[in-house]
Amino acid sequence: MVDTHLTSLPEEIINILESVKDPEVPVLSVLDLGVIRDVKIDGKNIAIKLTPTYSGCPAMDTIAMDLKLSFAAKEYLASVELVLAPAWTTDWISEKGRQALIEYGITPPMGEAADKSALIHGEKIIPCPRCTSTNTKMISQFGSTACKALFQCNDCLEPFDYFKCLK
Amino acid sequence: MDNSLYQYLLILGDNSMILGHRLSELCGHGPTLETDIALTNISLDLFGQVRSYFQYAAKIADSEQTEDSIAFLRTERKYRNVLLVEQENVDFAHVIVRQFLFDGFHKLLLEQLMQSKDETISAIAHKSIKESKYHYRFSGDWLKRLGDGTEVSHKKAQDALNKLYPFTNEFFLESDIEKEMSAKGIGPNLNILKETYYSNIHQIIAEANLTLPIEKQRVAKGKLGYHTENLGYILAELQYMQRTYPNMQW
Ligand SMILES: [Zn+2]
Repeated sequence: MVDTHLTSLPEEIINILESVKDPEVPVLSVLDLGVIRDVKIDGKNIAIKLTPTYSGCPAMDTIAMDLKLSFAAKEYLASVELVLAPAWTTDWISEKGRQALIEYGITPPMGEAADKSALIHGEKIIPCPRCTSTNTKMISQFGSTACKALFQCNDCLEPFDYFKCLK
Repeated sequence: MDNSLYQYLLILGDNSMILGHRLSELCGHGPTLETDIALTNISLDLFGQVRSYFQYAAKIADSEQTEDSIAFLRTERKYRNVLLVEQENVDFAHVIVRQFLFDGFHKLLLEQLMQSKDETISAIAHKSIKESKYHYRFSGDWLKRLGDGTEVSHKKAQDALNKLYPFTNEFFLESDIEKEMSAKGIGPNLNILKETYYSNIHQIIAEANLTLPIEKQRVAKGKLGYHTENLGYILAELQYMQRTYPNMQW
């Protein structure tokens, strides 16, 4: 979900924001990820409010730096402020972002109830991003990063990451 | 500066930092790849929370403080963590039991801090609670697996529980700072959480087929700065770089 005030930003600004990717999932732009909470434009000065995904996410410092550099390349001076409230939720990942995740081999979050069934009760409902089979099993609640769980597909036998729901 | 609030942020942050450090010691040493990754991810979450608390503490401090100077340049007596979190890893059972006993409390504490009259603390709690729920689920599941597993895993889990359970009492021994914060509506009245905490963890301990130890509490004054010798060893490692190369950054 991209906030309406963000979609009304000038195209040039949107394009710069789109060019900044999550370093750990480089198919997701910061807009797709939903971590840009506010952008104020004052001439060449851009004030950005950024919210972290997980508290300890090491990507946040990198994203803040990438934002400043990308704006600097277009002769803007960007400042980045980290805001904690309201806390980020996976609901803010855009539809375009969810599609990009699947193509990248990561199953996007399915919602709180689905997580409970799959992560706690082992129900086979999380689809494999490669063959779409839901005949999958959880290997580990924590995957390659804190935001993902590790799954394996019983049909194509490939392992894959599931982006856990965070609400 | 509001010294009480500053001290309170240390009480909140130090628990996450020292436990986060203990878990980080397991990086590359977890019993299996999956548990290794899980424990270090939990460590990362805890360090993220610490950064939020200490950035806030640095902001309200009078003197030139940074999140790093608060984390790395205090002496042992200035750390405010409870003694449970500084206890040694020993084996996987100890790691899980320590985590479980802490997570059960942490979740309840954060639920209360979400209502804090201090906006920043409330925001940090809203963020952290989501992570702590995952931690509690992870440690609770493993407690059951160990307790209800083989004869050996059961014995190890029971030994760890006997040793660590008595430390839980300290969560609810209110320091003067915590009493003041509770009166101001910034922190919770810890006594209110006590009953819920024990009823929650006792249920999972019973499901894990484990029994409560005979010794149920011990003297613990970590929040006042009196620590077990473990903290000295932790700080020796944690502070080494800043002490050897002052103001270093990376
Ligand atoms: Zn598959």
